[in-house]
Amino acid sequence: MLSFLQYLISGLSLGSIYAIIALGYTMVYGIAKMLNFAHGDFIMIGSYVIFTVVTTLSGGSIPGLLVAIVCCTLIGVTTERIAYRPLRGAASPLAVLITAIGVSYFLENLALLVFGSDTKSFTPVVSWSGLVLADGKLRIQGVTIITIIVSIVILIALQTFVNKTREGQAMLAVAQDKGAATLMGINVNRTISITFAIGSALAAVAGALLCSAYPSLTPYTGAMPGIKAFVAAVLGGIGSIPGAMIGGLCLGIVEILSKTYISSQLSDAIVFGILIIVLLVRPTGILGKNIQEKV
Amino acid sequence: MALLEVRNLSINFGGLRAVDEFNLDIEKGELYGLIGPNGAGKTTVFNLLTGVYKPTEGIITLDGKDITGHRTEEINKAGIARTFQNIRLFRLQSVIDNVKIGLQNQYHYSTISGILHTPDYRKVEKEIDERAMELLKVFGMDGQRDYLSSNLPYGAQRKLEIARAMATNPKLLLLDEPAAGMNPNETAELMETIQLIRDKFDMTILLIEHDMKLVGGICEKLTVLNFGRILTQGDTKTVLSDPEVIKAYIGE
Amino acid sequence: MKKGLSKTSLNQLITYGIVIAAYIILQALRSAGMMTSHLAGLLVPMTYYAIAAVALNFCVGILGELSLGHAGFMCVGAFSSAIFSNVFKETLPGGLRFFLAFVIGIAVAALFGFLIGIPVLRLKGDYLAIVTLAFGEIIKNVLNAVYLGKDSKGFHVSMTNSMALGMEEDGKVIINGAMGINGTPRDANFTIAVIVLLIVLFIVQNMINSRDGRAIMAIRDNRIAAESVGINITRYKMLAFTISAAMAGAAGVLFSHNISTLQSTSQYFGYNVSILILVYVVLGGIGSIRGSVIAACILYLLPEMLRSLNKYRMLIYAIVLIAMMIINWAPAAREMRERFFAKFRKEAV
Repeated sequence: MLSFLQYLISGLSLGSIYAIIALGYTMVYGIAKMLNFAHGDFIMIGSYVIFTVVTTLSGGSIPGLLVAIVCCTLIGVTTERIAYRPLRGAASPLAVLITAIGVSYFLENLALLVFGSDTKSFTPVVSWSGLVLADGKLRIQGVTIITIIVSIVILIALQTFVNKTREGQAMLAVAQDKGAATLMGINVNRTISITFAIGSALAAVAGALLCSAYPSLTPYTGAMPGIKAFVAAVLGGIGSIPGAMIGGLCLGIVEILSKTYISSQLSDAIVFGILIIVLLVRPTGILGKNIQEKV
Repeated sequence: MALLEVRNLSINFGGLRAVDEFNLDIEKGELYGLIGPNGAGKTTVFNLLTGVYKPTEGIITLDGKDITGHRTEEINKAGIARTFQNIRLFRLQSVIDNVKIGLQNQYHYSTISGILHTPDYRKVEKEIDERAMELLKVFGMDGQRDYLSSNLPYGAQRKLEIARAMATNPKLLLLDEPAAGMNPNETAELMETIQLIRDKFDMTILLIEHDMKLVGGICEKLTVLNFGRILTQGDTKTVLSDPEVIKAYIGE
Repeated sequence: MKKGLSKTSLNQLITYGIVIAAYIILQALRSAGMMTSHLAGLLVPMTYYAIAAVALNFCVGILGELSLGHAGFMCVGAFSSAIFSNVFKETLPGGLRFFLAFVIGIAVAALFGFLIGIPVLRLKGDYLAIVTLAFGEIIKNVLNAVYLGKDSKGFHVSMTNSMALGMEEDGKVIINGAMGINGTPRDANFTIAVIVLLIVLFIVQNMINSRDGRAIMAIRDNRIAAESVGINITRYKMLAFTISAAMAGAAGVLFSHNISTLQSTSQYFGYNVSILILVYVVLGGIGSIRGSVIAACILYLLPEMLRSLNKYRMLIYAIVLIAMMIINWAPAAREMRERFFAKFRKEAV
């Protein structure tokens, strides 16, 4: 029973990381209406920045995280400006998706060139060793607790931002109808830029937490968590902020439990199986709204 | 019996009743107009007739056959072809290929013949090519057969859409605002084309149009829609002089 | 009529001509001893990636749906044919066995394409891409975990380990979990690979110029209009997707019969491989079948010939890919191009 609880908690922790990534995904998807395939690679870039600041430059973890947030934000906004914005309104919906795949390819190979293909051992951002409960039978790592807390804080902050600020309201408007939002005097380009900035900054935070929990870093570190976070966002209902959180947590728990009790080799297959089932049974996800296609 | 019979056709979008108790009889060979202010539900009627939307209530009968709720492609096979308000051509394909796609269900050979280019393929493709050229000639577009369809001028794109619809060998042709965006010359030419189709193919046509000159010039009967309901129905002359119709169009 | 037909058939002949000419030149170089054994070893992989690129382009460029799961179809083609070849290694003559291996690999990949197509083709765009990726990863992961053995009593399957197969004394492990399939006869060679490529090109190019091909492209260009002229959307989407999967399966058959140990790893069959094939397709021109072949061959061989470039190669691919997408698809770029050509035309008149 205690060991089950232990696995459940690691599932929650992994799920919280997925949730933070999924929040970025879901905002970008909901507002810019595009799948930013490179989102997972923003995580990887953020982690390398922290690694560089902490290990190479001997700076602290917190300065490292701050620098990573700034870098990721800049990369996110620049990517949107250079690669995605020109393709808004392109005749083929595949154009921007393929471009995003190209950006992902670019970032991975850039990291390969700059940092090499060897696995870097990442110094955890969280140094707290955590709690020991039930006479040492239940150990909860510090990074686990911090991850869960951070994801909750981010969730609340984002909800408040979207519902209470002018920028947040502008995002909701752009998400619904770009044309109408423009007519209402909303600067669509600026709103989408802000969305990318927030999503990318979250990717940096997610990177720090991911690499603290699983401290090995390669140019491909971000790719799989990125894709799984998209699965989480779909599961929760794409475009929905609480949905991304729920989806992320569900996915993390499923992954850890299937790794433990079924097969570590099949856990990814199970996670992807869930995506397929959700899209076929309830394509709008757990909290998603049904939007009818206009003919 | 009329070629097209529509009885009590209605559709709800959420709480909104976009079309309410719509009735229509079109006799074979008639040129019929569906008019009404913007948002009256004219295109929705077209979408209902062609199976894009499934009606909430009502029955649609074509040539004695109930086609209510059938899929778009089945309805086309049953004999209704249409054009679109916002032109929908196969943009990356040539003019003649657009027409050939319309001929899809008139000429057959197996997938294997198509892959192996068997004699059967050659024979049928030759027939398809000849038939497509025949149609293009009717519309005076045979000179542009190999043009990319998206490179055609606006008026010609509309004509090609009609040609493609005609290629499916329909019993009833629906034209959704064929003159939209056309200059007076193009509109005049279009009117000739529509007359030509009717005479040459003995076609029954239902069209949505805002251009009253066109409607008054060629339609024999009219139905006026307003807020999803039929305002009035009958001979063109009678309908157009109806004060209710004038009020709906111009406002009070 | 005559003119139109001859133009398309000329176009097709050029493609076959390029492939055959390249084949003759490479074979001549090899027999003249002007090719390192390393380079000679790349000829079969180059060809099966070209086949995979044609298969994916048929899906992306002709059908208009982005699949990120084609490596998965390669994977099932590779494994099913390798299982067959291993079972009949001693009992069937090489030529017949390899032919039947193709039949099986292609049929199994087509079956997977068909079954996966049923749910997937209801989706659109981004979702379709991500779900095909998911299916590809599931195929790869399951094949990586499966154990298959054969003894006198028949086949045994397990998901735990080879001991759990519970076979008789004479039993032979065929798929050994993550260790994969060992000892598949190396039946593939460059000549056979090129023949398969030519057949694939023949099928695709002929199909594009047929009734079915026009219907498939009509759906790509405008689904609603295609429906309105009586085209059965589901039927043609399924047809195109299944054929595309089958062709990827053919590439997989060549793959498994050209390698001593077949493993279902990310390196061979992960979604990254699907993306690499997509790079070939985009750089060769989406919808251009000949372009896919040329791009796959050049991009596969180039880095091997210019070792110094290797470090930057992927980075350059990525930049070219992004640039090509923007130049070809951005509304602003299109408008600029149109204005330029309009001006050009006016001046020419």
